[in-house]
Amino acid sequence: MTSIGTGYDLSNSVFSPDGRNFQVEYATKAVENGGTAIGIRCKDGVVLAVEKLIGSKLLVPGSNKRIAMVDRHVGLACSGLIPDARHFTSRARSEAASWRKFYHTPIPVSSLADRMGGYAQAYTLYSSVRPFGVTAIIAGMDEEGGPGLWMVEPSGVGWGYFGAATGRGRQAAKAELEKLPLPNITVKEAVKHAARIIYFAHDDNSKDKDFELEMTWVRHEKLATAESGEGIVKGWGKHEEVPKELVAEAEKLAKESMVEGGDDEEMEVEE
Amino acid sequence: MNHLPEVWGRPRNDVYGAYDHSYLQGSHPMQHTQQPIVTGTSVIALKFNGGVVIAADNLASYGSLARFTDVERLKQVGTHTVVGAGGDISDMQHLYEKLLDSLIIKEEYQNDGHSLRASHIYRYLSRVLYHRRCKFDPLWNTILVAGWDDGKPFLASADLLGTTFSSPALATGFGAHLAVPLLRRVCPDENAVKSLTKEKAIETIEECMKVLFYRDARSLNKYSMAVITGEGVEQVPLSGEGKEKVHVEWKKDITLENQSWKFAEGIRGYGAQTV
Repeated sequence: MTSIGTGYDLSNSVFSPDGRNFQVEYATKAVENGGTAIGIRCKDGVVLAVEKLIGSKLLVPGSNKRIAMVDRHVGLACSGLIPDARHFTSRARSEAASWRKFYHTPIPVSSLADRMGGYAQAYTLYSSVRPFGVTAIIAGMDEEGGPGLWMVEPSGVGWGYFGAATGRGRQAAKAELEKLPLPNITVKEAVKHAARIIYFAHDDNSKDKDFELEMTWVRHEKLATAESGEGIVKGWGKHEEVPKELVAEAEKLAKESMVEGGDDEEMEVEE
Repeated sequence: MNHLPEVWGRPRNDVYGAYDHSYLQGSHPMQHTQQPIVTGTSVIALKFNGGVVIAADNLASYGSLARFTDVERLKQVGTHTVVGAGGDISDMQHLYEKLLDSLIIKEEYQNDGHSLRASHIYRYLSRVLYHRRCKFDPLWNTILVAGWDDGKPFLASADLLGTTFSSPALATGFGAHLAVPLLRRVCPDENAVKSLTKEKAIETIEECMKVLFYRDARSLNKYSMAVITGEGVEQVPLSGEGKEKVHVEWKKDITLENQSWKFAEGIRGYGAQTV
């Protein structure tokens, strides 16, 4: 960054002469230090997973959740500054609640992502505020579009994805996500992939730290079983934690694949 | 076109006559709900050993007209509770779809292993009803809250005045007159709950629904029933699996069977009989 230190990075909403907004770029840096978060869009729902880095052994296991429920059918996983993420989540909840109150129907996932994009963007415009040090992955399932996966960045940009990754291990995670035949897998398959990818990304980037795997999904149980065959399942899904047994199984497989994966890599290096 | 902007888009006086401003006068006193419009009739409920059964028919009346025959007046709220409402249907929908839904969603945000129990829902509803009556703008309903609470069956009533009370056998509306005596035969007090079985309780409720259909001219022969059964008390989250188990069993679109209208011949007191 050549223009750093030239004074154009001291205030929000100020462009540098070559057309960059440094405060936004610094916010993106903050995100790059956060624990990895990924989202996988499937034909019958969406899976969210985060690598929750544990700062102290004194913390109660399972506490300080990093994936939040925004509405019955929407979950939100964040990477970056946790207090910023909490505020962002709180805003997402208000948006979802006000949509319900106004239109008497749950908020479509795309509309929520759109509103949250607008909210994040507003924090790039004024010198009195700073951008969110957060990239949010919004996962949901609605009647119109079925499963939806969106990622909103500090700049306010928000795109829909088949597979999304952010945080420290995003490069490794993206590389793995690209290998999956998305969105043509089921949520149950994706749970295993998500666990494996989080373990892989952790191993790649923050091996020395403790972490907890946190996973939720959005799916419509009845529709998922009824239409287990072809096509995208449409309907208001339910956001909930992935059942403990499934997480345990996925983690076990993930750990096994780490051992094998390690060998593979060594072999590739030898070649 | 007229050159005065304030009349653009309005009905022309030369065609429709001068506008009658009395329709939009803001000078008369503000009026709140004075009466219910589309109404539901009785809700009845009975505690038994290990749970509660609650029932309400599927009719929404417009005065004496049976206007809507597919209205669900019972609603499950969270995991522990079923609420039933009589009175104004639109107020009921406001309570169910706006207030209770957002209450439950807000509770789910926490994701802490706790959920609102029947007594919490009941306390919330009774506060809302009392608050609205204090604004002289009541929600025109009588409500029964049935569920599982702290290891025991729960049943209580709240109404548009904010009146609250509890009993092992409760009914709203016409049912308060007709069904309560029948319910009290099998369950006169809290002690009797222990010896009342689920089957007997359901049978009694079915009987009451039949009697209500015979006698209540605003009732329907199609109704819904919910049976809430529970075991144990809630455990502290994160300390392992909870011991509490609550189950809500729904029966919808129940039709009244084995009706007998023989008693009708013996009715005296109204109509054109000459005694």
